[in-house]
Amino acid sequence: MTVLSVLSMYIIPFLLFVILLSAIIKQVPAYETFIEGAKDGFQMAVSIIPYLVAMLVAISVFRASGALDFLLEGLRPVLTFIGVPADIVPLAVMRPLSGTGALGVMSDLLAVHGPDSFIGRLASTMQGSTDTTLYVLTVYFGAVGIKKIGDSLKVGLLSDLCGIAAAIVFVTLVFGSM
Amino acid sequence: MINWIWMSMLITGLIFAMFTGRMEEVNEAIFQGAEEAVTLCLGMISILVFWLGMMRIAQEGGLLKLLSKFLSPVIQRLFPEVPKDHPAMGYILSNMTANMFGLGNAATPMGIKAMEQLKELNGGKDEASRSMVTFLAINTASLTLIPTTVIAIRMTYDSANPGEIIGTTIAATAVGVASAIFIDRIFHWRRTLRARVK
Repeated sequence: MTVLSVLSMYIIPFLLFVILLSAIIKQVPAYETFIEGAKDGFQMAVSIIPYLVAMLVAISVFRASGALDFLLEGLRPVLTFIGVPADIVPLAVMRPLSGTGALGVMSDLLAVHGPDSFIGRLASTMQGSTDTTLYVLTVYFGAVGIKKIGDSLKVGLLSDLCGIAAAIVFVTLVFGSM
Repeated sequence: MINWIWMSMLITGLIFAMFTGRMEEVNEAIFQGAEEAVTLCLGMISILVFWLGMMRIAQEGGLLKLLSKFLSPVIQRLFPEVPKDHPAMGYILSNMTANMFGLGNAATPMGIKAMEQLKELNGGKDEASRSMVTFLAINTASLTLIPTTVIAIRMTYDSANPGEIIGTTIAATAVGVASAIFIDRIFHWRRTLRARVK
């Protein structure tokens, strides 16, 4: 654990060092080049706002109205039938939709079941092994103004499903069930 | 597709609130959601400005080209539409590397830069190209080596071994990314098949 934390502490400084070294070797005016590139940053962040507002408002309305809970209840028998533990269902559904929502559900599961229980380990693995599909899609496509997303969402959600299944299988194999 | 999902989330939410009597919560949720989105975007400004500046130096210093030359044999197969020495390759690779090390802050600006380049390659259309769909699929599956946030949360809940889930996380994330690439290929294949029929 200490090795890992030291390593992750040194990655960014090391990266900056290498980048500046390349500037020296190629005789690039580093400061001016930095300013030139950094100029785009503000515009980029602002251009994401409408996309993200649209998405997050829809998700929070969907959640606050109780429709998400209803969807969960509907999915629960199906998911438990194919072997998904009932307690993990809310996290599995929330994970691709909302990053902060999933983090909340995961913390709750760790608090109730304990971090070293089967559910706790499964929740940790699920939370860590994938990203919030809807958020990534909104930010990346929003920043460059893509409006027709093609098959992106289908591919993203289906692979989330595979990732969740893999998490259940691996946690059961490594730590034993329940 | 996105239009349809967005509409149905809002409309079912509003109809549900009428029946469950949670109109007040929904009212609050509208403004909370909007506020969260703006806060997230504003929080991104500092990171975007800094990393886009650094990445421009890396580009001018030839680092991105070096990186893409080094690893492109692998990535080339994933993105057959992107020319070998195109800057998009370098950005795609730096995005993937940053993601692997759990540097989400650095990964996002690089990923957006990669998308920008891919859009240019696609003639600047507002439509996602094949490479863009692939790149997004890899990013939503998110290849992770060290799940730092999760380990930190496990610590706060007094786990006996907070890092014990690293192994299962890497295994699950590998399956996730592999299936993302595979499913992406299937969809691409279906698209070309349909185009041929037409």
